[in-house]
Amino acid sequence: MINKAILQLKNLSISFDTPNGEVEAVRNVNLSLQKGEILAIVGESGCGKTVLSQSVLKLLPKTSNIKNGQIFVEGEDITHYKEKKMRNLRGSVLSMVFQDPMTTLNPTIPIGKQITESILKHKRVSREEAKERAIEMLELVGIDDPIYRFNLQPHFFSGGMRQRCVLAIALASDPKILFADEPTTSLDVTVQAKILDLLLDIRDKTGISIVFISHDLGVVARIADKVAVMYAGKVVEMGTAEEVFYDPCHPYTWGLLGALPSSTIEGENLKSIQGMPPVMLDPPPGDAFAVRNEYALKIDYAEMPPMFQITQTHFAATWLLDERAPIVKPPISLKRR
Amino acid sequence: MDSTIILDVRHLQQEFHINKELTIKAIDDVSFTIEKGKIFGLVGETGSGKSTIARTVMGIYPPTNGEVHFKGNMISNKKRFRDNKNYTRRNIQIIFQDSAAALNPRMTVAKIIAEPLKINNIVKGKKELEKKIDSLLLQVGLDSSFKSKYPDEISGGQRQRVAIARCIGMEPDLIIADEPIASLDISIQAQIVTLFQQLQREYGFTFLFIAHDLSIIRFISDTVGVMLHGKMMEMAPTKELFENPLHPYTKALLSAVPVPDPIYERNKEILLYDVASLPVDGDMIEVSPGHFVYQ
Repeated sequence: MINKAILQLKNLSISFDTPNGEVEAVRNVNLSLQKGEILAIVGESGCGKTVLSQSVLKLLPKTSNIKNGQIFVEGEDITHYKEKKMRNLRGSVLSMVFQDPMTTLNPTIPIGKQITESILKHKRVSREEAKERAIEMLELVGIDDPIYRFNLQPHFFSGGMRQRCVLAIALASDPKILFADEPTTSLDVTVQAKILDLLLDIRDKTGISIVFISHDLGVVARIADKVAVMYAGKVVEMGTAEEVFYDPCHPYTWGLLGALPSSTIEGENLKSIQGMPPVMLDPPPGDAFAVRNEYALKIDYAEMPPMFQITQTHFAATWLLDERAPIVKPPISLKRR
Repeated sequence: MDSTIILDVRHLQQEFHINKELTIKAIDDVSFTIEKGKIFGLVGETGSGKSTIARTVMGIYPPTNGEVHFKGNMISNKKRFRDNKNYTRRNIQIIFQDSAAALNPRMTVAKIIAEPLKINNIVKGKKELEKKIDSLLLQVGLDSSFKSKYPDEISGGQRQRVAIARCIGMEPDLIIADEPIASLDISIQAQIVTLFQQLQREYGFTFLFIAHDLSIIRFISDTVGVMLHGKMMEMAPTKELFENPLHPYTKALLSAVPVPDPIYERNKEILLYDVASLPVDGDMIEVSPGHFVYQ
């Protein structure tokens, strides 16, 4: 397993120093990603999805520190890599796409130049070759007439096209792992569907591994092979997409699925998760979700639940899976359709 | 005119002159009506003119052509609008997408909610004002401890609740909600949608609900209008539209909505709609009672 995984996180904990004390943004996360696999990380805002992915690229501010654990990329421990070494990894091995394409792109520089920039940084090629490659990339991400558009600034492009350009930059120097942080959140549904299909298509063509961060479970269902549900900095449930969607075991996953209008029976109210995610300044001793959890047991307030293994690939951290726990049926609306 | 019709938009056109050569038709011959206590959902992609409709109805832009009738009063006419300005302004309220931008960062929640109440002389005296603010906060699910807070001290969902409290304090006849939940988390979205439904059920508010998320529209509205390039493509009661979509664009839009079901999603084929095939001078044709399609 360890040798095959292209990305592996072991017991990773990340905290931030703030004037009010230490905030634990990521707590004891174990994840692994195989070649060509798409792993989706879902959860509400503030649950640590973005911090987790940025920690791998070491894009976090100086106030953060890796408290514990290790990050392996292609079997190599990069946990304590310095900036200089990270620069070689970024772009060529690890790459990232952010939510807002307009803030990712430089508005004053033509698209083509922004793509060749990343190619020239990472590959020993001439300018002409880089340009050829950039046009090839624009074609790959589905931009028509790339030779003409090569010289246009970002404001000539629509939102969906801009996101395609950002993808072209991210993919230009053949990364092994792509981190996509809510890449479709600001786009229309029709454009979103096209970008998702594009990502799947690129995965099939290049064999890239993708870490896809989203809070939209519908999007995740379309794209993900594996799903990790995060809450309060912890992975609370992990499994293949089928397992997490058809047989969710953690009450938080039930809550997320239940909050979607499409899984609600007509005439019924939406089942929103009451309350807010906790502030991680002073995490509760037990399960952080317990206060919002209608199925919470007494032990949830006292002790953190361990990861229970359900199948070979399916894990969930909830005391409900303990053999002493009462049997709780998940809400009916989540039954397989 | 039928007194139960709150908003009646007839052949509305809105053009923006960019320069001599370029005029953008943001809304092109759109008609619809909203009855009292109903929720009319408006969907469409970015740039389809949804927000322009909201702003024109609000009176922010004067319409190029066409009429907007609010409770039988033609507010698109300048003079008629001026005569009833205070009444109209008070009875049509809007909720924006970005609650952080809609609330003054230098005012406390109490001041934000109190401002329109004072301006419109809805409450008399300090005691009554305090009571009103408390009850409004309660209606949107916040407690009175929020009164002394500033918008940046509270979360996005709570900010949107404050904006809703400010809006319903006017007891408006029509609430225009322009993408009120687009920038919120799913679980918070569910909370706000539930709040809208509860308000509608308990107090009988009428909504023009604008969103690009079809699943929310399906959930909340009574009638749905689908827009493309400033034109209304299809308009029908919600159930009819989602179960029996007729216009190819509506079908394409519906097929693109992600469903939380991996096996179904992976095998789903997304329909495409070629905008070029849109007829230039079509008309809304009623194919069955209440179901209109642009042809």
